[in-house]
Amino acid sequence: MKHQLLRIFGGITALLLAGIATADELNLRVGVTDISRQVYDLHMTIFLICVAIGVVVFGVLFWSVFAHRKSKGVEPATFHESTKLELAWTIVPTLILIVMAIPATQVLVAMYDTGGEDMSIEVRGYQWKWQYKYLDDDYNNTLSFFSVMSTPRDEIYNQSAKAENYLLEVDEYLRIPTNRKVRFLITAEDVIHAWWVPDFGIKRDAVPGMLNELWTIVEEPGIYRGQCTELCGKDHGFMPIVVEVMPEAEFDAWYASRVSSESVRQETIANALTHEELMAQGEAVYGTYCASCHLANGEGVAPVFPAIAGSAVAQGPRDDHLSLVINGVAGTAMQAFGKQLDSAQLASVVHYQRNAFGNDVGDMSQPQDVINLSNGQ
Amino acid sequence: MSEVIHADHHDDHAHGPAKGLKRWLFTTNHKDIGTLYLWFSFAMFLIGGVLALVIRAELFQPGLQFVQPEFFNQMTTNHGLIMVFGAIMPAFVGLANWLVPMQVGAPDMALPRMNNLSFWILPFAFGMMISTLFMEGGGPNFGWTFYAPLSTTYAPPSVTYFIFAVHLMGASSIMGSINIIATILNMRAPGMTLMKMPMFVWTWLITAYLLIAVMPVLAGAVTMMLFDIHFNTSFFNAAGGGDPVMFQHIFWFFGHPEVYIMILPAFGIVSHIIPAFARKRLFGYTSMVYAVASIAFLSFIVWAHHMFTVGMPLAGQLFFMYSTMLIAVPTGVKVFNWISTMWRGSMTFETPMLFAIAFVVLFTMGGFSGLMLAITPVDYQYHDTYFVVAHFHYVLVPGALFSIIAAVYFWFPKWTGKMYDETLGKIHFWLSFVGVNVTFFPQHFSGLAGMPRRIPDYPLQFADFNMISSVGAFIFGLSQVFFLYVIIKSIRSGAPAADRSWEGAKGLEWTLPSPAPYHSFTHPPVVKDEEVLG
Repeated sequence: MKHQLLRIFGGITALLLAGIATADELNLRVGVTDISRQVYDLHMTIFLICVAIGVVVFGVLFWSVFAHRKSKGVEPATFHESTKLELAWTIVPTLILIVMAIPATQVLVAMYDTGGEDMSIEVRGYQWKWQYKYLDDDYNNTLSFFSVMSTPRDEIYNQSAKAENYLLEVDEYLRIPTNRKVRFLITAEDVIHAWWVPDFGIKRDAVPGMLNELWTIVEEPGIYRGQCTELCGKDHGFMPIVVEVMPEAEFDAWYASRVSSESVRQETIANALTHEELMAQGEAVYGTYCASCHLANGEGVAPVFPAIAGSAVAQGPRDDHLSLVINGVAGTAMQAFGKQLDSAQLASVVHYQRNAFGNDVGDMSQPQDVINLSNGQ
Repeated sequence: MSEVIHADHHDDHAHGPAKGLKRWLFTTNHKDIGTLYLWFSFAMFLIGGVLALVIRAELFQPGLQFVQPEFFNQMTTNHGLIMVFGAIMPAFVGLANWLVPMQVGAPDMALPRMNNLSFWILPFAFGMMISTLFMEGGGPNFGWTFYAPLSTTYAPPSVTYFIFAVHLMGASSIMGSINIIATILNMRAPGMTLMKMPMFVWTWLITAYLLIAVMPVLAGAVTMMLFDIHFNTSFFNAAGGGDPVMFQHIFWFFGHPEVYIMILPAFGIVSHIIPAFARKRLFGYTSMVYAVASIAFLSFIVWAHHMFTVGMPLAGQLFFMYSTMLIAVPTGVKVFNWISTMWRGSMTFETPMLFAIAFVVLFTMGGFSGLMLAITPVDYQYHDTYFVVAHFHYVLVPGALFSIIAAVYFWFPKWTGKMYDETLGKIHFWLSFVGVNVTFFPQHFSGLAGMPRRIPDYPLQFADFNMISSVGAFIFGLSQVFFLYVIIKSIRSGAPAADRSWEGAKGLEWTLPSPAPYHSFTHPPVVKDEEVLG
């Protein structure tokens, strides 16, 4: 009996040690910013103070367990109080806490220095994606895009091998330059999310109706990944954050070309599309924006996420369908996609829904229809 | 005249428990109600444990294997709610029912009928809450902290049942607390002054006041949710001028005292067990009482440390950081006093003592991670990661839960008149000890490496620690089924227990026969210092 227990215990210990030995990381990341390094140092200081206290306190406890046993014939002592001791172990810990509080206050004050930024980016959390908007007067605030997880469902459902950045890959990165102070304005559209890039040492809740501030200056170019850290519903685990930090000149070039390609797209957006073009674009938009609730096969999850296959809306009048997608349904998880998608995307996704999953309406939805509908309202 | 008194007296002795189901339905006896509370909490503990094992099974490997994300969220939410409100809190109320009258030298609780009501509300409350899991749209899926607007505008339709269940739980807790306070303040034997009360009674007195103070706050929070959902108010709806952050302030104004509600009675239990098995009086009784009172006071002014990332002004962050750090002082005093009680004692290590020593060590480790979490700038890195999960499981499982298990082993002979099997008890201890550490220690590492809480699937770098954690969870879960076996076996065939079942046990309850008579003290006992103070 005892032997077997020992063997089980040994096995678990071996497993634990193996886990520790093979794990990538055991400790907080040092990160790549001045703030993240200060946070790491503070973490280590507090941790080591705790370890030192632990060694002393547990040392005394285990010595007592070892030495003061009845089986060793020890007679119990009779002391049961000491005002001096009580005072000592009230005052000494208070002093230790003051020693901890001083660097903690300094780091916190440094983190709150949000002024003097070189550029600002609005970060907006949605169920379950991030929107980044570059707040830049020169370009009339035109550049804004969504960043959605791009890990395929096959990987999540174990039907294909998982890529290196499993669950940490998105369709478009947030890009920022090195060595410039970037201020992030964090908010949310629906529920509370939290925006966190561990290597920058910054995290803040994205709260609907509130604008929170964060800032960072990154010296090292590279790709840095994080995840949403506030429970925000079904796909909370599937809305990663990826930031690419580019050398300044490279960033400026990318930014200019990204803005101009965006304006070209805006100019041609009202052009009519063929059924095949609509279906192709619609399927892509559906996969990114709709499938997480209504599922890839359009079956939905009743009663919270209704089915699109065979639904009255998707087979009813086209303009009702369009305006539901544009305006959302108040009081439900159905968002107002008019704020998130452009007219071509809206037209194509509605067209796709009306002509897929066994729905076969056969009418056309064109970008111009979306524009007319929006103007009419 | 004397004949009348005699007849009364005789009547009293003839009055035993009713037979069958009626005994339990209509009982007003503190021991029967205590037993009901304890078995109820154990049943909830097993249900909550099964939900935890669903979580751990899904997290055994990356990818989605067993459950869908929406069901996973219902598992985390209901695991938390059931363990907090269904397992830990009712278990402590059950212990209070059994022990407070015996420890203060009273025949029963002060308000026996209300006692019955406060228990029998609970099966309905939890029956309703658990039934939501089978409703269309599923049960609560917004985490046990149910932050708005995820729990209001975006909640499943069953949230209304959840709100009603929380109201019922709150009513039950408030009634239980009123009863405990009334018993302690009015029914102590002559000579038992406040500063001679046993530590378990002291900690429960303070806990009961905490409950009365914060349960109405929780009721207010869920009522505002109800109004937001059904009556178009906008307490927490930003689009209507409300504030989602206000929900968090209200919730944690309840929630932080709540976490001390779950640990103060544990402090009391450990303060009985360590002196008994060290055969030495509790060190620093007076400072222990003041420490508990200080912790209770501080619990009201630290709530926003749960919300450091929510975007508060610097001054607010600093205030809540400093006040939170201060809690380490009275908590440290308690740990130092326990160790000083052990120091130069004459210790033996029966099962209750093993659980109590594990409590001191592992709770202190949870305290250290709590201190780290109090440091605001580094909390930004820990917040809502598995580091937090590791922290609060260290204070709740080897903390609160171990103290409850220790109490069951310690007072079992007094309750049943039988001794449990010491070998089986020790096996249960070591299995639990190994299980709890294998489960929760690796979670510190996955948290520091950056794994967020409440996710059904995770990036590949967290795979090793999650696998270890899941193995530990199944060891721990099975060892609690073993606990059930130990208890049932001991009730059926344990050796007869002595009145003073432990050599070093002190307190009025040990002056009663084992098992304790149906009405504890029908005549007030004589309170001797060497009995009540050890």
